[in-house]
Amino acid sequence: MQSAWTREAFVTILVAALLMWLLPYAVSTYTLTILIIYGMLAFSLGLIWGFGGILCFGQAAFFGLGAYTYAVAAINIGESTLPMLLAVAVPTLFALLLGAMMFYGRLSDVYLGVITLVVTLIFFTFMNATAGSQYAIGSARLGGFNGIPGFPILNVPGQPDLLIYGDALFYVCAVCLLVVYLLVSHLLRSGFGRIAVAIRENETRVSLLGYDVRARKTLLFAIGAAIAGLAGALFANWAEIVTPSLFSLVQSAEIIIWCIVGGLGTRIGPILGAAGLAYLKFLLGQQSMIDNTVIMGLVLVLFVLFLPKGLVPAVLSLWQAGQGRRRRARGLRPFGSQRGRERPVG
Amino acid sequence: MDLFFVISLEVLYGIASLVLISVGLAIVFGMMKVINLAHGEFMMIGGYAAITAVNLGINIFVAMLIVAPLVVGVIGLVVERLVIRHLYGRLVDTMLATWGLSLLFIGLATMIFGNTTTGISTPIAGFTVGNYQVNGYNLFVILIAVCVIAGLFIVLKTTRLGLIARGTMQRSDMAAALGHSPDRVYMATFFCGSALSGLAGAVFAPLVGLVPTSGGSYIAEAFITVIVGGPALIAGLLSSAGLLGLISQFFTFAISPVIGEMALLVAAVILLRILPQGVTSRFFKGRL
Amino acid sequence: MAETVLEARGVSMHFGGVVAVDTVDFTLSARELRCLIGPNGAGKSTFFKCLTGLLRPTDGQIFMRGHETTGWHPHEIASLGVGIKTQVPNVMDGLSVRENIWIAGRRFLPPQETDRRVAEIIDRLALGEIARRSLGELAHGERQRVELAMVAIGDPWLILLDEPAAGMSATDMERMIAILTEMADTTAIVVVEHDMQFIRSIASTVTVFHQGAVLIEDDVDRVMADATVRDVYLGRTT
Repeated sequence: MQSAWTREAFVTILVAALLMWLLPYAVSTYTLTILIIYGMLAFSLGLIWGFGGILCFGQAAFFGLGAYTYAVAAINIGESTLPMLLAVAVPTLFALLLGAMMFYGRLSDVYLGVITLVVTLIFFTFMNATAGSQYAIGSARLGGFNGIPGFPILNVPGQPDLLIYGDALFYVCAVCLLVVYLLVSHLLRSGFGRIAVAIRENETRVSLLGYDVRARKTLLFAIGAAIAGLAGALFANWAEIVTPSLFSLVQSAEIIIWCIVGGLGTRIGPILGAAGLAYLKFLLGQQSMIDNTVIMGLVLVLFVLFLPKGLVPAVLSLWQAGQGRRRRARGLRPFGSQRGRERPVG
Repeated sequence: MDLFFVISLEVLYGIASLVLISVGLAIVFGMMKVINLAHGEFMMIGGYAAITAVNLGINIFVAMLIVAPLVVGVIGLVVERLVIRHLYGRLVDTMLATWGLSLLFIGLATMIFGNTTTGISTPIAGFTVGNYQVNGYNLFVILIAVCVIAGLFIVLKTTRLGLIARGTMQRSDMAAALGHSPDRVYMATFFCGSALSGLAGAVFAPLVGLVPTSGGSYIAEAFITVIVGGPALIAGLLSSAGLLGLISQFFTFAISPVIGEMALLVAAVILLRILPQGVTSRFFKGRL
Repeated sequence: MAETVLEARGVSMHFGGVVAVDTVDFTLSARELRCLIGPNGAGKSTFFKCLTGLLRPTDGQIFMRGHETTGWHPHEIASLGVGIKTQVPNVMDGLSVRENIWIAGRRFLPPQETDRRVAEIIDRLALGEIARRSLGELAHGERQRVELAMVAIGDPWLILLDEPAAGMSATDMERMIAILTEMADTTAIVVVEHDMQFIRSIASTVTVFHQGAVLIEDDVDRVMADATVRDVYLGRTT
C-alpha cells in the first residue's frame, strides 16, 4: 500500500512537471494561471461534495472570503506572507462555525444547499453595500460595488521587494495546486478520508459504528473551505482587484458546473472541468454572437439530463468496459455488472 | 398616528411582496417537491413580457395580469416537458438543472434585450397621509397578494382540481392509484406556478429597473420564504412571509434597506437551524 | 448474579398521541442472550431505537454499564463498545466488503491491528470470496452477514440486533445462528426477531412485547407454551 502511494505521488509530480513545462507553449501563462486557480476552486468543492457528499451551493463564499481577506490584510500589512496565511485561515474558521451550525443541526441536503447559497448572498449583498468610507477594515476600504483595487501583491516570503507576478505567479499557482492535490490524495487514503466516503454512502451506519459524523463533516467542510480560500487569495493576486462578483450566484453556479461536467467522486474531474470550461469561456469571450451564460446554462442542463456522472467517470467506465470486453474475448472472466454507481447526491 | 399608518402599510407591503415573490415557487415545491432555481428568471421574463406588451400598446394592467402570466406559464410548460419531467424524485438534480436554466434565461435575455436597465412607470399615483407620501402602487401590490392567496385557498378548498392537488401534495402515489395521472397534475401545477411567477415579476416590473440578472435578487427571498414556511402551502407562506417581512422591514426602518435585506437572510438561516423542517412542521401541522 | 450491563427504567415513547412504548422496564446481564418478540406494532423496534439512540425516549432512563445513556447520540453509544445492527441492512453500498468492515474496525483499533482483524473476521464469517465486491452488488443474506462482521470486529460487550434473520435462506440462517451462539459466550446480546424457529435455536430467555408494554418475560419454552402469548400472536396474524 505504501509503495502504491509513493508510485502514485511520483507519477502525479512527473505529469504535473511535464504539464508545467509544456502548457506555456500552447497557452499564455496569464490564462493558464486563472485556469489553475479555477481548477483549485473546483477541486475544493469536488472534495467535499464528491467524496464527502456535502452539497454546498456556496463554495464561492469561501473563495471570495479568501480573496477579500488577502486584499484587506495585504493593504494593512504589506508583506504578503501573513495575508496569504490569513486568507486560508479566515475561510477555514468561518466554515468551521457555519459547518458546526449546519451539521450539528442535522440539516438535510437541500437545506444545506439553501443555507450555503443564502450565506453567499449575504456576503454579496453586504459587499455591494460597502461603498461608503465608514466601511473600512484598518486602512482598507471595502469599496462596495467597485471592490478593492491596488493592494500589494504576492512577494517572496520575507523579501517584500521581490514580487511574484506573470510567469512566476503561474508556477507558484501550479505548485500550490500540485501540493493541494497530493495532500488531498493522501487524506483520502487515510482513515479520515475513507470514513468521509463511508459517511457519504451511509451516514446512519457510520454513526452506529461509533464515529461522530457531525464533527467529521464539519472538519471536511472546513478543509474544502481552506482550499477555496487559498484559491481566492491566488485569484486576488492574479486579478489585482477583488469585487463582490466573487460572491455572485453566477460564480457559485460555475463551480458546480465545473464539478458536474468533470465528474464528481474523482479527484481530477473537477480540475479538468474547471480548466476546460474556463478555457472554453475564454475562447467564447472573443466572439459576441452568443452570450457566455447561455452556453454555461445549456452545458449544466444537458449534463444533468444526459451525463450526470460527468466526463471523467464516463470515460473511465467506457475504458473499463473496453477492458472487460477484451478480457471476456480472451475468456478470462465474464464482464460483471461494472456499471457506474449513481452520483452520490441523495 | 399617520406615521403608524404609514409604517403598518410598509410592513404589510413587505409581507405582501414576499408572498407574491414566493407563491409560484411554493406551489411547485409543495406539490412536486421540485425546487425551481430558475424561479427568479421566470419573474424576470414576466417583467420583460409586461414591458414589451406595454410598449406594443397593450393596456398596462392587461399586460401585467394576463399577458405576463400566460407567457411565463407557457415557458414553464415547455420547461416541465423538456427538463423537469425527467428528473422527478431527484431533488438535487432538479435544483441543478433549473439552475442551468436560470443561466440560460439570463443569457438569452441579455442577447435579446441587452444588458441595460429597462422599466415602465407605475400606473398608480401616490397620495399623502398627513405629512407622509404614500406610494399608491404599494396598495396595489398588497391587493394582488391578497387576491392570489384568496384565489389559491378557494381553488384548493372548493374545486375538484384543488382536491386532487391536495391529495397529490400528501401522497403522489395515492393520487396516481386513484386514477389521476400525476403527469397531468404536475403539468398543470407547473403551469400555474410559472404563471404566478410571471405575474409577480410583472407586478414588480414598474418598481425596479429590470435587467437580465434581476431574477437573482428575487430567488434568495423566494427560496427562503418557501423553505422556512415548510410543508403547509398557504399557512407556511403566510407565516414565514409574515415573520421574515416583519423582521426585514423592522431593520429597514431602524437602520437601512441593505441591513433589512441582510437581516432577512440571517433570520432565515437561524430559523432553519432551529426548525429544520420549516415553521409549519411544528405549528400548523396538516393545514393547507 | 452477573453484572447488569443494560437497564431501561420506565422507558416510554410517544408519537403524537400514539404510545409506541409504554413504561418499559428491562434489564440484561453480562453474557446474556435475550430475544425481544411480539407481533407487528408491538413497540419492540421502537424500544430498540430508543436503546441505540436513534430515537430519544419521551420518558424514562437507559443505563449501559453504569453510564446513563438516555438521549445520547448513536455514535456515543456505539463508542462505549456497543455493536448495533439495524433492521434494514445498513451498509455503505458503494464500498467493498473489506472496506465496510475496515471502517467498522478502525473505530476501535490502530491501523495495523485493523488490517489483521479484518482478515480474521472475513475468514471467520467466510466472506473471503466476496471481500472485494461492493456491497451494492451482494445478495440480501450476504449483506446481513457483512453487517454482522461489522458488528463483531469491534469486540463489543453488548450487541443489539434488529431482525438479523429477516429474509435469509436456511443455510444463511444456520450460519448466523452458529456465529451468534459463539459470540454469546463473551457478549451480552439483544435480538429483536420475528422468526420463532430462529429464536428457539438461539435464545434462553425471551421478552414478549404487546401493545407497547412487556407482556411476559420467561424461558423460551415456557413462553411458547403460554396461552396469552399464543392469543397475541394468533389474534394478530389471522
